[in-house]
Amino acid sequence: MAGVTLDTVRKIYAGNVEAVKGVSLGIKDGSFCVLVGPSGCGKSTLLRMIAGLETISGGAVKIGDRVVNEVEPSDRDIAMVFQNYALYPHMSVYDNMAYGLKNRGTPKPEIEKRVKEAARILAIENFLERKPRQLSGGQRQRVAMGRAIVRKPQVFLFDEPLSNLDAKLRVQMRVEIKRLQRALGVTSIYVTHDQVEAMTLSDQLVVMSGGQIEQVGTPSEVYRRPETRFVATFIGSPPMNILPGKVEGPGRVSVGGQIIAVTDMRDGLAPGTAIEVGLRPEDVQAGTAGASALTMDVDFVEELGATQLFHGKVAGADFVVQASTGQIAADAKSLTLTVEPGNVHLFDPQTTKRLGRV
Amino acid sequence: MVENRRYRNIAAYLVLTIGIVIVAFPVYLAILASTFDVATIINGNMPLVPGPHAAENYYQTLFFGGATSREPVGIMMFNSMIMAMGIAVGKIVISILSAFAVVYFRFPLRMTAFWIIFITLMLPVEVRIYPTYKIVADLGLLDTYTGLILPLIASATGTLLFRQFFMTIPDELLEASKIDGAGAFRFFKDTLIPLSITTIAALFVIQFIYGWNQYLWPLLITTKSSMQTIVIGIKKLTYSQDALAEWNIAMTTAVLAMLPPVLVVVFMQRLFVKGLVETEK
Repeated sequence: MAGVTLDTVRKIYAGNVEAVKGVSLGIKDGSFCVLVGPSGCGKSTLLRMIAGLETISGGAVKIGDRVVNEVEPSDRDIAMVFQNYALYPHMSVYDNMAYGLKNRGTPKPEIEKRVKEAARILAIENFLERKPRQLSGGQRQRVAMGRAIVRKPQVFLFDEPLSNLDAKLRVQMRVEIKRLQRALGVTSIYVTHDQVEAMTLSDQLVVMSGGQIEQVGTPSEVYRRPETRFVATFIGSPPMNILPGKVEGPGRVSVGGQIIAVTDMRDGLAPGTAIEVGLRPEDVQAGTAGASALTMDVDFVEELGATQLFHGKVAGADFVVQASTGQIAADAKSLTLTVEPGNVHLFDPQTTKRLGRV
Repeated sequence: MVENRRYRNIAAYLVLTIGIVIVAFPVYLAILASTFDVATIINGNMPLVPGPHAAENYYQTLFFGGATSREPVGIMMFNSMIMAMGIAVGKIVISILSAFAVVYFRFPLRMTAFWIIFITLMLPVEVRIYPTYKIVADLGLLDTYTGLILPLIASATGTLLFRQFFMTIPDELLEASKIDGAGAFRFFKDTLIPLSITTIAALFVIQFIYGWNQYLWPLLITTKSSMQTIVIGIKKLTYSQDALAEWNIAMTTAVLAMLPPVLVVVFMQRLFVKGLVETEK
């Protein structure tokens, strides 16, 4: 087992396009690290550099204590699960899993033992003689994971492995991946653009944007205390509402003339300074008037079953409120909103950084 | 409505039957002629049912040949077989390797190399026949199998075919191979070739028939009768200056000449369909 360390890793493509702009990150041995971000943020490139499928333009990638910049993918002691599974179509499931071991010259009985064991763990023992095309998407996914497991690598790399599955299977496989990773205790790096996957799977969540890391932390840290406006709106569904506001004094901001109390606010902000106020749709209580009340004009309502999403405008900006079904009449034209001071996030409009306590 | 459809079916069958008869009748005639002696064929009243001389004709043709070609057709078939196989196999080997290089390796002048190969498409054997003949003659390859095969191997069709096919194979397969510790050659041997079986089969069928039917090139470079191919043999058999052409032998030769391509198509078609059904990228 080994951790992974990235030291100001860069990727510059031909034509001076910088896809990864000096990323530094430490991933602890045995932990589950998820890289999440919108498409084109460099997360896949970063993963492929760790795998050795892309050359590293600058910085160093370390697996354990070994710098692997110049090491061949097969010698890095990693295993990768691809988005489209990349199973060898002409080989049986058994051969797909055994191929890497064969190429390394592992003795036959050992190969058989490991493949059988992986097949047992993944419940694909009955499919070993089949070809990939005779399997369903979920089964192919398991074979792809089996191929990774049999190598007993230091690090698992997952490149959006669930995005080709239907929604129901995705939830099921997500749970299985998590359980498997816990059981095997292998350091895992997982790339996804799905923030639900990112939140549920990770021990360490890395939010990326534009080739840079926006924030690193546990899922709950990232959710509760987003460091930038990007992270605030990217993590959480529906995304956080951002309203234009002004500093009124310590612990007090105003939005559209209404005063809101804030717990987490940087000291020394001059009254009158423009500021962005972030409120999560699920943190807002709608209905009765309260201490820091905002008024929302409702445009329409989305039904999600257990909850309803009220879309409308607050102080001229788009706003969404999530409420339990039945709590508010669905034909309400106007809502009064209250927020706990602890659930208000403040951001600098220029730098987009969080203006919380230092 | 039902009535209508039946008449339409009958019409369709009628048209198809006419087509088949037009195509098949000459073939049938050749087979028929190979079962009569020369006198029956010459007098112009050949019956439309097979005659009694089949065994005799085939035996004579295969092992002794006609008066004008002076070689047993068995030898000619052997020559043709070597030439057609040589061209088909040689072309597959050369084109799969060059397509592999062009698609999977990044080297200087890669695209230049590809375009040069591509341009040879515009230069079939007939166009470059004099310089090719000169080179083959200078290399002392006249009247050799190498001389028959080598110049016809050099063409771009196969390379293009394999290149197009390789481009459809997802990159992840190559990357998975890399992580599985397979180098370039292993990837080629363990993944690309098994996936290319269908393409290889298709190319083999096309090239075998192309090689088997060559006329101009063997005519130019073979002078010994022991090196002539069956297509040339047929031509020689139908042409004689002072005696009657041995039509029975000529027709028997023609039937024999048709056989290998037909067998290749029939046999490879099974592999073809199997490949189409079983392979999935």
